[in-house]
Amino acid sequence: MIEFRDVHKYYGDYHALRGITATIRSGEFFSLLGPSGCGKTTLLRTIAGFEGISSGMVLIDGKDMDGVAANVRPTNMVFQSYAIFPHLSVEQNVGFGLRKDPRSAADKARAVAEALDMVGLKGFGGRAAHALSGGQRQRVALARALILKPKVLLLDEPLSALDKKMREQMQVELIRLQRQVGITFILVTHDQEEALVMSDRIAVMFDGEIAQLADPETLYRRPNSKKVADFIGTMNFLPARIVSEAAGQVEVEAQGFGAVTLTAEQCASPVSTASPAGTASPASSGGAMVGFRPETLTILFEGQTAQDRETMATVTEVVYYGDMTYYDVRLDGTDLPMRLSMRNVFGRPVLDIKTRARVAWSPGALVLFR
Amino acid sequence: MKQGPGLRIYAICYLIFLYAPIALLPLFAFNDSKIIAFPLGGFTTNWFVVMWEDAQLFKSLQNSLIVSSSTAIFATIFGIFAARASTRYRFPGKAAALGLIMLPLVLPEMIAAMSLLVVLLAIGVPLSIFTIILGHVLICTPFAVAILTSAFQSLDKSLEEAAYDLGENAVSTFRLIILPLVMPGVVSSLLICFTISLDEFIIAYFLGGTDTPLSAYIYGQFRFPARVPAMLALGTILVLVSILLLAIAEYFRRRGLARTGAKDTGGFL
Repeated sequence: MIEFRDVHKYYGDYHALRGITATIRSGEFFSLLGPSGCGKTTLLRTIAGFEGISSGMVLIDGKDMDGVAANVRPTNMVFQSYAIFPHLSVEQNVGFGLRKDPRSAADKARAVAEALDMVGLKGFGGRAAHALSGGQRQRVALARALILKPKVLLLDEPLSALDKKMREQMQVELIRLQRQVGITFILVTHDQEEALVMSDRIAVMFDGEIAQLADPETLYRRPNSKKVADFIGTMNFLPARIVSEAAGQVEVEAQGFGAVTLTAEQCASPVSTASPAGTASPASSGGAMVGFRPETLTILFEGQTAQDRETMATVTEVVYYGDMTYYDVRLDGTDLPMRLSMRNVFGRPVLDIKTRARVAWSPGALVLFR
Repeated sequence: MKQGPGLRIYAICYLIFLYAPIALLPLFAFNDSKIIAFPLGGFTTNWFVVMWEDAQLFKSLQNSLIVSSSTAIFATIFGIFAARASTRYRFPGKAAALGLIMLPLVLPEMIAAMSLLVVLLAIGVPLSIFTIILGHVLICTPFAVAILTSAFQSLDKSLEEAAYDLGENAVSTFRLIILPLVMPGVVSSLLICFTISLDEFIIAYFLGGTDTPLSAYIYGQFRFPARVPAMLALGTILVLVSILLLAIAEYFRRRGLARTGAKDTGGFL
């Protein structure tokens, strides 16, 4: 278990980490997600011990890591550049951390072979490290870190240097590997899709702060701020006016959608950890917005009826992706284009620009931002 | 692109001017005459025998080898320190410190030689090969720093962090990871410093006292015309040794590249 208690980090005047408080559970696949410069890599490096902190506490299994050097912490790291030692063979790279291990040479060789087998590089031991492809280097870096059986494996944007196919393959393999070894994996990434695919929980970071910490589904369906919603996937926003607010229900008048009733949990509250619920200014509604994901808005074809609500709209843009088609539509009553995604079904036409269409939506899929 | 013959002729003239004098060395070293002029006399290896029997020459050669090896080693060690500091750490006054380290590169050797001589005489240090080494380290260190800085610069910082992360400490990381990876730079630095020191005349002449290194000895011998052919024989051997050393250095550089899979950016050859 890793615990951050009000961690601050300054580089001179620059405030890189602004009061990080979070707990990462044992054995979970945890991601630090955010744009470049948000402090996610810095935070990861404070766990490894490569980066000191200005104030606060970093604990691993309840032990304060203050003053514990990187080479004795129970963590190992997979670097963004992989940091494979170019002058050593694959075997020597993987076995590098076993140098001071008291086991016999034969036992160590067996451990190296097992580690290579685990990452799918059986028989590669004798190769020169520099002769490997990007994906293979990645695996060597993984084997080299995992052979030491750390409590925590830290991965600093490990897939960013791979091409798309390789990246998707490695994502699946990393998940499998994490389940197999049961070690806590902490992944730093700027790729929201990667974080959603791989993680048990994700901390979204902006400007040195954690904006939201939740499981992927919550993060996607109930982002706690416009910023998080924008960063994770695509979200449409419509201006809205808060009509009344009572007993866990909010009545909203949203452009294009009309009057809708939202439950309390559909209301994003970015400051939920800092201030008690309800202190957010009520009914001021100045810049209130309702947001929804593209797949929650559906075009109705002939003979189909909406399960919930239905509105007329005009198609303004069509982007064909093969398995999916993305449409921009303008709901009647608003000028803003809304992105919606439709799975392409055999026999169903792809609509043209300017087509009038009925669209189905559901108040339950809306999130209120204010 | 079409170009006139002018540039080609220029390049050929340039190369002749550069290498013809060196080609003359072995020519006259095997020439059976005390006078260095055409037409050539008969073939002889006698000058090599004369050279071989010159005890004074061997003494100065020994001095030179001691001076040049020590200079190469010390300058390279200092170079490693400075290159490491300049590529890894930030500290106040860094730019000024590095500038001052590099300054002897453009400082006339005469000035270094004179000022060192004055100081050494003032504090009463006897002149010997050790004072030559002192002067040579001073002028060679900037070269070592320049060569090694580029070697250290191409080193990925995360390699060090990875070694540290895998349980090594600063010293073992340096020994196991950094040193092997900058080794081509270290070899280059040793060779260049060795060569500079071997060639160097002014400091060797000023600070040597009665210990004459090879450069000062050869210069002295040229005052006696009868001794010149033997010096040319020595020069011939030095040329061959230089070529051999450079070939060895290049061999190791290319092997290093092949082993680490780095791109060949062209060594100093």
